[in-house]
Amino acid sequence: MGIETITRAEPRELAALDLPRVRDDFPILFQKVHGKPLVYLDNAATSQKPRAVLEALQHFYTADCSNIHRGVHLLSERATAAYEAAREKVREFINAGESREIVFVRGTTEAINLVAYTFGRQQLQPGDEILITAMEHHSNIVPWQILCETGAKLRVAPINDAGELLLDDFEKLLTGRVKLVCVAHVSNALGTVNPVRQIIRMSHSRGIPVLVDGAQAAPHMKVDVRDLDCDFYAFSGHKVYGPTGIGALYGKAALLEAMPPFHGGGDMIRSVTFEKTLYNSIPYKFEGGTPHIAGAIGLGAAIDYVSRIGMDRIAAHEHDLLTYGTQVLARISGLRLIGTARQKAGVISFILEGIHPHDAGTILDQEGIAVRTGHHCAQPVMERFSIPATTRASFALYNTREEIDALAAGIEKVKGIFA
Amino acid sequence: MSDLSDLYQEVVVDHSKRPRNFRKIEGAARAAEGYNPLCGDRVAVYVKLDGDRVADVSFQGSGCAISTASASIMTETVKGKTIKEAGVLFDSFHDLVTTGNAASSRATPLGKLEVFSNVSNYPARVKCATLVWHTLQSALRGEQGAVSTE
Ligand SMILES: Cc1ncc(COP(=O)(O)O)c(C=O)c1O
Repeated sequence: MGIETITRAEPRELAALDLPRVRDDFPILFQKVHGKPLVYLDNAATSQKPRAVLEALQHFYTADCSNIHRGVHLLSERATAAYEAAREKVREFINAGESREIVFVRGTTEAINLVAYTFGRQQLQPGDEILITAMEHHSNIVPWQILCETGAKLRVAPINDAGELLLDDFEKLLTGRVKLVCVAHVSNALGTVNPVRQIIRMSHSRGIPVLVDGAQAAPHMKVDVRDLDCDFYAFSGHKVYGPTGIGALYGKAALLEAMPPFHGGGDMIRSVTFEKTLYNSIPYKFEGGTPHIAGAIGLGAAIDYVSRIGMDRIAAHEHDLLTYGTQVLARISGLRLIGTARQKAGVISFILEGIHPHDAGTILDQEGIAVRTGHHCAQPVMERFSIPATTRASFALYNTREEIDALAAGIEKVKGIFA
Repeated sequence: MSDLSDLYQEVVVDHSKRPRNFRKIEGAARAAEGYNPLCGDRVAVYVKLDGDRVADVSFQGSGCAISTASASIMTETVKGKTIKEAGVLFDSFHDLVTTGNAASSRATPLGKLEVFSNVSNYPARVKCATLVWHTLQSALRGEQGAVSTE
């Protein structure tokens, strides 16, 4: 089958997270930026790609490139097999029941829009409500605002000063008018891990389906959609060490089957006449047009890669970085952490007294340190904390404690310039 | 690569911490707002005219050191200039921060604004330096609504 032909990188057994070996898998890390060794701490924006992913892409384009589900020729068969094998890998990665519950999309944004434009348009009546939280990424806000132009209403559950969802308030907002709950598994701006199982249980007890934005969770923890019992789960391949332009939407089969199609076109139909068009079965009904075949295969290779290392081991390593980083940064005078939830993933957002994050970002960049500065596509979060922006360091499996030390030294340099 | 101290020169840091003309002009003849959606920087510029001359100019807002210092030094530089001279200054300032060289005009030298010549080495920061100038232009043209860098 396709699996062996597409992933040519040698499988590696790692007894423990062997950092030098892991880093060796990511060729991009070995470069200098402004004359300094690159310290890449912008993983929540996108993570770097291991050689196995680069090789899978290269292999597809040099050996198997062909369109899928169309040709009877060998290359098309191989491409189709590899594409569908990738779907199966995604299924296993998030422990979905069936691979037809996995729809390939461009990323989290497209996944959420797909649900808004199909499920949302079909199900929501004027006066109905969609409930989100105050820590959502713009991509889990704006699609619902667009949907609400038809008369539905967007409700927002508040968060506390630590950046934690106020569950009591959330529950109060779960009225009979709510037809869909949409919540981030992990906040990209604050690092908060939301109690999604509890949220789902609360919502289901009232018969309300739940969409989970897993963009920041899938790279950092073992996700089990059947254990969560979520109705939809969205994530982006590029944050899980895969290529950009590919991601997945999980939906329970019964829901997907009842939903109208998304993009009309090739591949999503069973038969077309000018009088009547029959749609294809799920997931193909939602995959109109030639998909990002290479991207899906690359994502499959990324999943193989992280699975070989083990999501639990990755989570433990990142947790160590988070704990260490929080300690080191908290010692810096004038630094205030934004997002101090008890349950956090590897994200540290902070502000420096009297120093704008953009200035900090520019100075850190000159030290070779890549961080994100700005509102992180979560302007309502910035507003909640009455700040225009933060500086954010976010971790991946290849980051080291030494890199956090470099960040701390960089921050001291920033402070020195504005002293 | 350029040295950071070229970007954050003492003058820039000083103006960012103690911006000059950081106030509202009550009853200003002209005012405009600028917004950089990318970083959330906001600036308001107020102008009092005496004929076609800038009798007084001030600003308010929140932003990074580059944008605050740029606004502060801009107000110092254009005060007393004619609307036309302010336009010429903007053109050379724009050249300065995008290319590192200004088509220098003898009649309206950039003066202190030269401290921003190294912004051109930091393409992501050009808009920080120019936002307030776009806003001033908008105020001088008497336009309504907010200027955006995007
Ligand atoms: C929490 C969250 N949701 C959604 C997204 C959007 O992901 P993408 O841009 O890959 O569609 C991101 C990434 O920036 C994110 O962090």
